[in-house]
Amino acid sequence: MTAVLRVQEPGLFTTIQDLGRPQAVASGVPPGGAMDRFAHTAANFLVGNDRGAASLECTLVGPHLVVESPCLIAITGGDFVPRVNGLPVEMWTSIRLAREDRLSFGGRRSGARAYIAVAGGIVGDRWLASMSTNIMAARGGMHGRPLTDGDVISAGEPPAPAAADRALAPELLPPYAEHTLRVIAGPHVGRLSPDAREAFYESAFVVSPDSNRMGYRLAGPHLETSGDDMLSFGLVAGAVQVPVGGHPILLMADHQTAGGYPVVAALISASMPVAAQLAPGDEVRFAETSIDAALEMRQAQRAWLESLRI
Amino acid sequence: MPPRRSTVRVHIHPLGDTALIAELGTRLDSALNTRAIALAAALKKRRDVHQAVVGAVSVTVSFDPDLISHDALGAAIRRLATKRPPIEEPGRLHRIPVVYDGPDLNQVASSLGVTPRQVIELHGRPIYRAFLIGFVPGWAYLGPLPDELVLPRRPVPRTLVPAGSVAIAGRQTGIYPLATPGGWHLIGRTSVRLFLPDSDPPSLFRAGDRVKFFAIQE
Repeated sequence: MTAVLRVQEPGLFTTIQDLGRPQAVASGVPPGGAMDRFAHTAANFLVGNDRGAASLECTLVGPHLVVESPCLIAITGGDFVPRVNGLPVEMWTSIRLAREDRLSFGGRRSGARAYIAVAGGIVGDRWLASMSTNIMAARGGMHGRPLTDGDVISAGEPPAPAAADRALAPELLPPYAEHTLRVIAGPHVGRLSPDAREAFYESAFVVSPDSNRMGYRLAGPHLETSGDDMLSFGLVAGAVQVPVGGHPILLMADHQTAGGYPVVAALISASMPVAAQLAPGDEVRFAETSIDAALEMRQAQRAWLESLRI
Repeated sequence: MPPRRSTVRVHIHPLGDTALIAELGTRLDSALNTRAIALAAALKKRRDVHQAVVGAVSVTVSFDPDLISHDALGAAIRRLATKRPPIEEPGRLHRIPVVYDGPDLNQVASSLGVTPRQVIELHGRPIYRAFLIGFVPGWAYLGPLPDELVLPRRPVPRTLVPAGSVAIAGRQTGIYPLATPGGWHLIGRTSVRLFLPDSDPPSLFRAGDRVKFFAIQE
């Protein structure tokens, strides 16, 4: 384990994330993990890591980092205008950094979450089989909290010598700019009135400011639901639930593990990276699709990622 | 004796392309919850299943669509769910001491037309079942509550319920493991810790466990 990056400024909310702890859901612990698994995996593959290696997830405002020892990194996800020593650098590309190099971000051009992977994988506290940061429990990652000034980030031994300037072709990225989320009708779609069902698919919803890694509150038309109280059931990321107030909530990586509100739709896995890059104020729409179409899109994304694996 | 076929009707609904929910019923029912726990345990052993989470009378299953299709997994779940119901093994019994001085105790009593002492006596009488673990780390939905204690949840939820609060709503009771918002009626508190972050699993209760409350003075 080597100290690779020192935090000069942490950014708005930068956490260590891997693929989470799905098995802990049975104890009521959110699964956690990177919100945009495509970007997280691409960053890891570009530097020669396994997909499960931990990366830094940066939210809306990127950190300023100083290189402690030479390393190979890749920056993916939302475009926060990354710079090394003040000069712009490519995203979705492996970059060799030297000691004392400075990695900073100039502002937010698009997306909500940028990922930084380091060859060897970032090493954080492991809790319930994952290094993902869980703020509520104050466990995992950087002592269960976001990065702060002066933190030193360590990485493991690089598994294979990876090269700089390996890149993912821009045409292979998920359609981040297209804010239509594809869904499969949910188990309780019948609880929407016909008008509400039409409104759900025909209207734009705005991601509200109190949206976070648990879920996004979506402002838009009031969706009326009917029926008795439901017994609680297990939830998954991507589920769209409609509480009594009639405003849908899209569940994300740190979602509550169980709930009793109607789930009227669930995102297909290929739309999750797009959802992960939505910022408060962004407008989204929902479009229904079939499981077969969803699996085709999933396969395509997977194939693009596999093309990066060393 | 040949395996007895049961009449459980399973409704299977997709949750996106990598998960589904199998509903065994719609009413709070210990026998169906036992089936759900057994079904989740059987599903977790499958290579094509990532996770199976027990609901009150359902199982939410995350699976690998490269290894099995939604329809094929649904058919497998129907086969598993209609097998002879498992012989129920009694879950571990937890005895939970409660100081019954919750801020809603008197209101609950007057809404139900009983005395606070009767609320305490009724709440401590049954051995409850932990139907499912979830919502927040370590939370268990316990029930069923005696009919005399059934109340709808509070019209306006509290923005912060203290950790350790013992609460009731509908046919269920529970203990808030962490300070969170909550809409249940607070009738008491306990010092027993339900979320154990440094244990694995990190929850004191597991689905199928049994819970008995008893009143203590401070």
